[in-house]
Amino acid sequence: MSGLTALELARIQFGFTVTFHIVFPAITIGLAAFLAMLEGLWLWKKDDAYLDLYHFWSKIFAVNFAMGVVSGLVMAYQFGTNWSFYSQFAGSITGPLLTYEVLTAFFLEAGFLGVMLFGWHKVGRGLHFFATVMVAVGTMISATWILASNSWMQTPQGHEVVNGVVIPVDWLAIIFNPSFPYRLAHMVTAAMLSTALFVGASGAWHLLKGNKTPAVKRMFSMALWMLLFTAPLQVLIGDVHGLNTLKHQPAKIAAVEGHWANVPGEGVPLILFGLPDMDAETTRFKVEIPRLASLILTHSLDGQIAGLKDFPREDRPNATVLFWSFRVMVGLGLLMVLLGGWGAWVRWRGRLYQSPMLARFALWMGPSGLIALLAGWYVTEIGRQPWVVYGLMRTKDAVSEHSAMTLSIGLVVLVVMYLGIFGTGIGYMLRLVRKGPQPHEPHPVDIADNQRPARPLSAVDESLYCAPNTTH
Amino acid sequence: MGIDLPLIWFLIIGFGVMMYVITDGFDLGIGILFPFIRDREHRDTMVNTVAPVWDGNETWLVLGGAGLMAAFPKVYAILLSALYLPALGLLAGLIWRGVSFEFRFKADEAHKPFWDRAFMSGSFAAAFFQGVILGAFIEGHQIVDGAATNGVMGWLTLFNVFCGLGVVVAYALLGATWLVYKTEGPLQASIIRAATPITLATVVTMLVVSIWTPMTHPAIFERWFSLPNFWFFLPVPLLVLLATWAILRSLRGEPHAGPFVWSLVLVFLGYTGLVISIWPYVLPPSLTLWDAAGPPESLGFALVGALFIIPFILGYSAWSYYVFRGKVKVGEGYH
Repeated sequence: MSGLTALELARIQFGFTVTFHIVFPAITIGLAAFLAMLEGLWLWKKDDAYLDLYHFWSKIFAVNFAMGVVSGLVMAYQFGTNWSFYSQFAGSITGPLLTYEVLTAFFLEAGFLGVMLFGWHKVGRGLHFFATVMVAVGTMISATWILASNSWMQTPQGHEVVNGVVIPVDWLAIIFNPSFPYRLAHMVTAAMLSTALFVGASGAWHLLKGNKTPAVKRMFSMALWMLLFTAPLQVLIGDVHGLNTLKHQPAKIAAVEGHWANVPGEGVPLILFGLPDMDAETTRFKVEIPRLASLILTHSLDGQIAGLKDFPREDRPNATVLFWSFRVMVGLGLLMVLLGGWGAWVRWRGRLYQSPMLARFALWMGPSGLIALLAGWYVTEIGRQPWVVYGLMRTKDAVSEHSAMTLSIGLVVLVVMYLGIFGTGIGYMLRLVRKGPQPHEPHPVDIADNQRPARPLSAVDESLYCAPNTTH
Repeated sequence: MGIDLPLIWFLIIGFGVMMYVITDGFDLGIGILFPFIRDREHRDTMVNTVAPVWDGNETWLVLGGAGLMAAFPKVYAILLSALYLPALGLLAGLIWRGVSFEFRFKADEAHKPFWDRAFMSGSFAAAFFQGVILGAFIEGHQIVDGAATNGVMGWLTLFNVFCGLGVVVAYALLGATWLVYKTEGPLQASIIRAATPITLATVVTMLVVSIWTPMTHPAIFERWFSLPNFWFFLPVPLLVLLATWAILRSLRGEPHAGPFVWSLVLVFLGYTGLVISIWPYVLPPSLTLWDAAGPPESLGFALVGALFIIPFILGYSAWSYYVFRGKVKVGEGYH
């Protein structure tokens, strides 16, 4: 009906749902750390602008967290509904790691999130700060489990295959597999960057509207400090992650570089732009810098890396998609470095809150962190193809035997529902952002005092829609 | 031989599913009862009775999914694939219900009816598809080359649809008796009036399933009606009759927690009956829990975390129910 095969549809469905899902946990990780920092600074410097910002961002955190929980529900079941043979093959590894992730998330929500959002009057300042820090740490532990699971699929080790099923042998080796530390660092930093860009854009929007309260200035300033240090750091982490990938998944790097074959004795050029053609086995329209790829990837001018032609056709990932996803990620990353540097320069000139050019740039860069993050995930996931577990199981052998018709129905249902629901949710978050931090906002009501229900979204009382709500 | 890990995980997941059915059962039941309660304030009060706890109740389902993949990957893989469409319906229903639950509180008057309808339809769909999945689970799956042979629409049978409606009715019972327990005044009175027919409908459904299942499954017939099993299991149906009588009786006069407690007993008995029928299969009639278990290295590793954290979740849930004990008054509320 759509001309796509069942395998392609299953991959699109997974890609679609995980693309929507990952945005929420990424912002959760970043905002939790931001909130911990705000509360720490408030306790240290006794400046109420930090507290106003804490209350403001904790509402957005709450809505975002709720969206993440809802979109995560589908993820917990999708390995079974769509990737049955993968689950039978490697459920022994993925299952326990996902169980730990779920347990960590619930431990977190049960233990500390309630105190953080509703416990202002219930516990002392120190204990409240502790709860916020624990939420921040907990989100990272959660990410650790998921990234261990994902990284094992990229660089599997610590297992045996017996009778066609993976048997875990050494859990430490499984969790600390070769690509895990790099991927974890890259992802957590990406989450921080995405959040900093989101916070910075929110501040910029208010500055451009002339709403220059201390809290607005403070968040804009903090976001730019964060970018100044984190964006270059991310470039370095990305570089070592790339070298790690070259060692373990050379075909992925060849596809990212659009590199098909080596010329004997000559270094590999860096192709800035071009269009890799999988059928013709060449990269068309290329603009290249001689020997730069050699320099970046082998740290010598005439080092060579494997080209795509060194791999059998059926083992090559799609270079067209990888080449461009990678360049979107790197291009946005460089713009982030630029924004951080520009911000520092304008700050040094003493015009941080007076420069409309800078504010406009920061505003436009608002979604760039999340776009780069998604592009990066496309590189690593599509770059793992045609394998679902690298070198062990092919994606085509992992997928459940559904017809294209069944999967089309599933996909349509999910797309319509996700766009409706998460569109409303994201719109709601943006509305909260637009309202801006309010000075001297009271603490959210304590649950035990008046028997009010307390779930993450209870922390927010603004109406879902634009019209002022007069009923409560 | 050491610890029987598959058995321990069978108990953990069985416990998790039961906790889910009981607790999210009354949450979903409230959505199912929505069409019968028109008054806006009454509807708000109904939702307020579960507002503090509903998302914690759903926790058990997510834990069940991840735990099933860890402990019984074959069941997770084969069952969910075979039931792709009903599983999708269940998840869509739950997401729809969950989001509308929150959004209806924050919607303005013009949009509230939309989110009310979303809450109703999501609750109904989630309950119905849970029943369909239950029915299909009982009907059984033959496995060839790691996949069930039932076909993509294999779940759409009269029995399964009947089970779907049965779960809708049973959740309506849990929801109604929960509301009898948690509300007062005219709202409670109208719920009490509805509770008696719902109780009777639930028991009739249970009876029909209890007769239908052994009639079509010789192994289940054998399990229940061979001697001496019959005498061992006879208390189950007798207790069902007792629980039914107790619900109906406690609904008269000035009911409080009685109908809800007895409804829990009734649902628990239904669950017990199911376990008696299928034991020791986790994917009847093909895989026993020992056939389907993952490697002991996986079960043992995951067990450490589960044993550490599940008591914590239980403690927290109990605390939530304790904090929000007592009646929810109309108009009192949650924004």
